Amino acid sequence: MATMETKAAGGIGDAVLRKEDRKFVTGEGRYVDDLRLPGMLHAVFVRSPFGHAKINGIDTSKAEALPGVHRVLTHATLPAETGVLSASNPPGSDVRQPEQPLLARDEVRYVGEPVAIVIADDRYIAKDGADLVLVDYDPLPVVCDAEAALADGAPLVHSEYPDNAAATISHETDGFAEAMQGAARTVELRVVNQRVTPMPMETRGCIGDWQQATGEVTLYTSTQVAHFVRTFVSIVCGTSEAKVRVVTPDVGGGFGAKLNTYREEFAVCSASRAVGVPIKWIEDRSENAVATIHGRDQVQYYTAGVDESGKVVALKFDAIQNNGAYHQLLTPSISHLTVFMVPGCYDIQNISIRMRQAFTNTTPTDAYRGAGRPEATHGIERLMDAIADDLGMDAAEVRRVNFIKPEQFPYSSSTGLVYDSGEYDATLDEALRLSDYAGFEARRAASEANGKYRGIGLSTYVEVCGLAPSAVTAAIGIGAPGWEHSTVRLHPTGKATVITGTSPHGQGHATSWSQIVQTELGIPFDDVEVIHGDTAFQPYGLGTYGSRSLAVGGVALYRSLGKVREKAREIAANLLECSVEDLEWTGTSWQVKGSPDRAKTIQELAGAAWAASSMPEGVEPVLEATTFHDPPNFTFPFGTHVCEVEIDPATGRIEIVNYTAVDDCGNVINPLIVDGQVHGGIIQGLGQALYEETVYGEDGQMLTPTLVEYLVPSAADVPEMTLARTTTPSPSNPMGVKGIGEAGTIAASSAIVNAAVDALSGLGVRHLEMPMQPARVWGAIQEAKA
Amino acid sequence: MGQTITVTVNGTAHTADVEPRTLLVHFLREQLTLTGTHIGCDTSTCGCCTVHLDGEPVLSCSVLAVQADGCAVRTVEGLSEGGELHPIQQAFHENHGLQCGFCTPGMMMTALGVIEQNPQASDDEIREALEGNLCRCTGYQNIVAAVRSAADQMARS
Repeated sequence: MATMETKAAGGIGDAVLRKEDRKFVTGEGRYVDDLRLPGMLHAVFVRSPFGHAKINGIDTSKAEALPGVHRVLTHATLPAETGVLSASNPPGSDVRQPEQPLLARDEVRYVGEPVAIVIADDRYIAKDGADLVLVDYDPLPVVCDAEAALADGAPLVHSEYPDNAAATISHETDGFAEAMQGAARTVELRVVNQRVTPMPMETRGCIGDWQQATGEVTLYTSTQVAHFVRTFVSIVCGTSEAKVRVVTPDVGGGFGAKLNTYREEFAVCSASRAVGVPIKWIEDRSENAVATIHGRDQVQYYTAGVDESGKVVALKFDAIQNNGAYHQLLTPSISHLTVFMVPGCYDIQNISIRMRQAFTNTTPTDAYRGAGRPEATHGIERLMDAIADDLGMDAAEVRRVNFIKPEQFPYSSSTGLVYDSGEYDATLDEALRLSDYAGFEARRAASEANGKYRGIGLSTYVEVCGLAPSAVTAAIGIGAPGWEHSTVRLHPTGKATVITGTSPHGQGHATSWSQIVQTELGIPFDDVEVIHGDTAFQPYGLGTYGSRSLAVGGVALYRSLGKVREKAREIAANLLECSVEDLEWTGTSWQVKGSPDRAKTIQELAGAAWAASSMPEGVEPVLEATTFHDPPNFTFPFGTHVCEVEIDPATGRIEIVNYTAVDDCGNVINPLIVDGQVHGGIIQGLGQALYEETVYGEDGQMLTPTLVEYLVPSAADVPEMTLARTTTPSPSNPMGVKGIGEAGTIAASSAIVNAAVDALSGLGVRHLEMPMQPARVWGAIQEAKA
Repeated sequence: MGQTITVTVNGTAHTADVEPRTLLVHFLREQLTLTGTHIGCDTSTCGCCTVHLDGEPVLSCSVLAVQADGCAVRTVEGLSEGGELHPIQQAFHENHGLQCGFCTPGMMMTALGVIEQNPQASDDEIREALEGNLCRCTGYQNIVAAVRSAADQMARS
């Protein structure tokens, strides 16, 4: 816990309290719905009530006659150059990119698809107006389940694609078939990774402000990727990218849901252009449930060829991903990330993978915290338990047999990645110790004496994060690079401004980046301001997602600080009348080696560089540096989570009695923030394991459209967690850092399910699907007993 | 169409015309421009809009502005005094009880109600009492620690 002394420190590694907090605890945070512009009107979207329907006509006259309604726009009247664009085209996958117009033209393909926009004086009137827009629909057959969509004779989501196939990614290593054939035994498992909804507490929202005189457009939007949005607004709205400014105010959570470019963002810009005033749209929660991307929704079939020691000698993975009705920014690439991580932290060199992606009459899926990697981890970790069960081995032991060993790094995986570092036994050992794994059977016996089932489950995960080397994003068909930008600007008074291309929305970059500045440049934490979120003054930044902010953006900052420090050295040498080789860095100043009285602080040098009256030959004024850092590799955080549960046989309710996480995210900038990321990540994984599921009915209706049906866990539903860390610095960057934003979510679900299956294993239960709500667990108990 | 109401918000009396259907949260946010109170759902489930109405935590999305006529409302903007953070605000800061900050105002207003009703609340009681306030970022562990810490601080002072 933070104390007064750690607060005063403020450098790398200190648990410094966040400088962001004060505005949020006083209510001065400024989210998009808090903004108002002169003359601003309010938009409400009319959305499809059908999963699939033909549009025969739209009558807007009644809505337009309502006092306070200014305009109702439809596909016919809302100007746009193109529809929404996907930036994801995995090579060799035969990916299909259906047209996704800003407003539906003649067909709607999921409940919630936007059909019209009502522009009115306020949101109440706009909603009244939306109720008066009459859309003449002819319902069409729907298919929401991905396996059903790929079956013969399924209703077609897009009539031009006669099989609903969206893309297929295939990969097989040489010698796979022989290895599988030679396996002593095979273990099979089907795992469903159910559809979930990101549900940031702030829904999406945006304000479009198109200046009629200049053609400049400003879009205020709740996003993780302001520059992507700017690029796409210019293309979709048909204007110069240089005339588009995207401003990101405070963002109330993202989790991948705001790593996207959405119809509404383009539509408010275009509508503002058409109507001539700024237009605000704020998403309702029930609208968010259908209009913002969903996550996961993947069915996996594993076949593991195993030898008698428990070693996996060959692995076949055949999966189906539900892409939804259209492709959003990265949709086809998300299950590609699953493909990369199929082998997990295990040395499995013979592999065969097929990932079929299907169109269905559902909201598009895309990146949700972990994005493809939780699906891979959940599956392989369930499989490891199934193998242990099959062989009568301990769950920890089967993992040790299969781990990639420390001496194997850098390790070339069978899916084409190079894991840079890892020491998987170390986190496993520590997690087993902290969770008293050895003493579990006594606790199980005690629970049984009380009429409860008790189980313990492991998840030993590795993730690929720090997205991404630009050559890799290009090679896997993502139409965006993976570098990040930083600028460090020293002012004449010695204070510093950092401009970062990352897009924090809860991660505390202003705090962590200030700590890096203090350590690397000697400027005190409180003298550093970190700014972001306005494309008007920032160089291009790629944003915050994929646990990349520190590993890519933080390293970009580190490199800019190095440039500033070296420039300051030249200026110091000139002022101190010595050579640069004669100087040493003290942490806060350049001094002549061994002569503390002959030194210049970084603040003095900032002033001298600004005054520019005594500059060395050929050195430009001002201490400022910019870096565009393209990472040479991903980073690979790993860890072990141990979950212990008790199950009440009368109700099927699972109680998590212990949860231990030992993570290795390399060097840590701020342990307080890292712990916070792990806490939140685990609880999102727990939400999927125990409570959350986005459900469609047979007719394509969304059955979980509000927080009443869709169960985001509350404080009363979750346990205290015990956290610890090991430190294996990443060799892929000079700071030795990795990422930690997604690790908890990636690890948690399988630890919890493995614990529940273990609890019921005495009854013969071998697998449980998520979410493990009481009715499902109770049913499994009854079935096993029958 | 409109109705005139007088509501005392954070100690200041405001008289305004409102449509009868206007929710208290919209009155606070749109008419009084007190945007610290947030809206996170449309089913009275998330707790983001929690304010105190005559001293009791309520969901301001489930109260009509006209129902608050003659009442005293306290919002997040009314917590700190003279530039000093209220103990609940200080505790959320010191315990890293917030990340994106969106749920924080409502969470603090509920927490304050808990502390006022049960200054000795156990962790389990705190968790139960916060059940109506959702946070998607923190996993709640540091929020519970913050509420406990604020309760201790307020009991001492």
